[in-house]
Amino acid sequence: MPVEFLSTSAIVLGILGRLLPVFVVMLVVMGASFAFRRRLGLYGQLYDSGIGIVGVALVLFWLIAAILAPVVAPFDPYVQVRELQNALPGALHPATDEAFLLGGDALGRCVFSRMIWGSRVVMAIAPAATLFAYAIGITLGLPAGYFGGWLDTGLTFLANLVLAFPVILLFYLLVTPEIRQTALPGTMAAVLFAFPLVFVLVFLAARFRERPGVLALTAVPAAALGGVVYLGLLGIWDPTGAVAMDANTLNIFLAVVFVTAPTVFRIVRGLTLDIRTRDYVAAAQTRGERPTYIMMWEILPNARGPLVVDVCLRIGYTTILLGTLGFFGLGVAPESPDWGSTINDGRRFLRLFIHPALPPALALMSLVLGLNLLADALREQSLKD
Amino acid sequence: MLVFLGKRLGTMILTAICLTAIVFSLVNLRPNLERLAKEQVSPRMTDQQVEVWLRDQGYLRPWAERYVEWLGGVVRGDWGQSTRFRAPVSEVLAPRLGLTGVLMFWVLMVMIPSALVMGIVAGMREGSLPDRAISTVAIGTTSTPEYVSGVVLTVIFASQMVGLQWFSGSAASAAETGPTLQNFALPVLTIAIYGMGYIARMTRASMAEVMTQQYIRTARLKGVSFRGVVLRHALRNALIAPFTVIMLQFPWLLTGVVIVEILFNYRGFGWLLVEAAANNDIELLLACSVVAVVIVLATQLISDVGYALLNPRIRVSG
Repeated sequence: MPVEFLSTSAIVLGILGRLLPVFVVMLVVMGASFAFRRRLGLYGQLYDSGIGIVGVALVLFWLIAAILAPVVAPFDPYVQVRELQNALPGALHPATDEAFLLGGDALGRCVFSRMIWGSRVVMAIAPAATLFAYAIGITLGLPAGYFGGWLDTGLTFLANLVLAFPVILLFYLLVTPEIRQTALPGTMAAVLFAFPLVFVLVFLAARFRERPGVLALTAVPAAALGGVVYLGLLGIWDPTGAVAMDANTLNIFLAVVFVTAPTVFRIVRGLTLDIRTRDYVAAAQTRGERPTYIMMWEILPNARGPLVVDVCLRIGYTTILLGTLGFFGLGVAPESPDWGSTINDGRRFLRLFIHPALPPALALMSLVLGLNLLADALREQSLKD
Repeated sequence: MLVFLGKRLGTMILTAICLTAIVFSLVNLRPNLERLAKEQVSPRMTDQQVEVWLRDQGYLRPWAERYVEWLGGVVRGDWGQSTRFRAPVSEVLAPRLGLTGVLMFWVLMVMIPSALVMGIVAGMREGSLPDRAISTVAIGTTSTPEYVSGVVLTVIFASQMVGLQWFSGSAASAAETGPTLQNFALPVLTIAIYGMGYIARMTRASMAEVMTQQYIRTARLKGVSFRGVVLRHALRNALIAPFTVIMLQFPWLLTGVVIVEILFNYRGFGWLLVEAAANNDIELLLACSVVAVVIVLATQLISDVGYALLNPRIRVSG
């Protein structure tokens, strides 16, 4: 039975129609943000520049698409329709007459649906991995910059060691099926995932040391929550099943955090070295504040400007790293709809069929571009102050 | 200067030893060795046979002993045998490295001049229209990793369905008969685009900073033309920072090379690294790692020394 196709205009309308919920939510969020931009601090200032608005729009688009994926995507990303293998955009499903808006891939899966579902993988891992890398980089970078000496020398050497590894080599060594049979991922997870917990507790303890009541009110819930998440991430005890990662994801997550953390460490250390010489730090030292207080509550808040800019860049870079892993088929589950894997699946037939590889490639590019534009707009805003 | 150089070299050698030790242990993890045994003898070996084979081959000796032995071999030029290609590693590696060297040469030839020109034009008049246009393009290219630009470029220039078909989508023939514009344009462009924006932005920042300096104003007030100021006074000082950036790009370029060699089927060093890793070829993977690590460390050393030489204000003491 010959497959029937939609016309080009029908395809465009179809795609816009599927994306309508995303656009509606975007319009509401951005409209409200724009109206109240004077009261929204740094985020509100983004709406003052064209670059900032474009950046927010691109990032928000993919964020909302990821959240609404079950509504937006017409098909299950894993379902294969044999009649629609390599079908061109607009091909109609023979049974239901629903369209494969961007065509089918080599296994007859809906390219559009896979692209939308793929955004979930990125949006779940990239920001989380960046945050973990930040927790590690800050926890180690602050004391290295503040105290200097052998601590600084040692940590800097370690960071440079990881940075001297070509990323791709590290991935090929760390993200293999064999390595999962060893204790290495578990050990790495236990060490790396402990840092956010340590960071939060030191952060609170440094501030509320003199006020045990407040300390108990903040630190105990934080420790309890952090502890549960920590045990869940390690797969030791996870009553809700909300935080546990499967072995594939854990391996990818660890590799990305491990590669990103040294860069963050270097940035934080550099900022600390600079801010340490300021008068307000000297004033705090003269008051007799403890080093943890000075680092967490004097230096860190004053380093936030460059750090916020870098977080945006870093999430974009993490997205690229995730794509690289997917492209080499490292650590991703088979048939995973993440963008790197779909690009890799599609590129084999690229000279004959362009539609399976192009959408995820452009999707990844637009998200990273959005994040880079955000970072640029934030940098401009911070220069104005 | 000599003390500085010596210190740097010392750190570099220490780093190299640490890195190779890490790679050596990761490659020689127990599951990897078991897989190797099953590949080399028969997939249906029992655990006991695997144990015996590994012991006979000397894989179960103490880690330190094996590492020192391997390191000694590397220093003497004995890089071991490749199980994937069934040939000495050095014979497999050398021609592939040459091929990648050719690719890198063309990438640098395309990337560095265009990035520098972009950065200088953008930075010499901060906030002007060319500056805004170039800065936006630069952000765009840094958002386009090789696996994206490779796909997009192939679609535009090589696809049989909609493309212009100017260039070939495969660089396989470049490895055999030498590079031509037809088979080499896409791989070179793909790598160059991703690095270009970053270098251009760094050059722009450096150039913009130099242009605000007092001596530039003095030169302008003395009546030197804008062109003369840019070319004679600003350029020399503005190019110090990009030099470091370019040197530190090499680790990223290596990732790009691997992606592009897979994408365009160019069988150079990157392709070899993937083959070695995918086929559990332990000695070849180790050799590839050594080469990669040495390249990265050497460029770092050149960047440090070059920076000190180029910038007289940074005369390193001790």
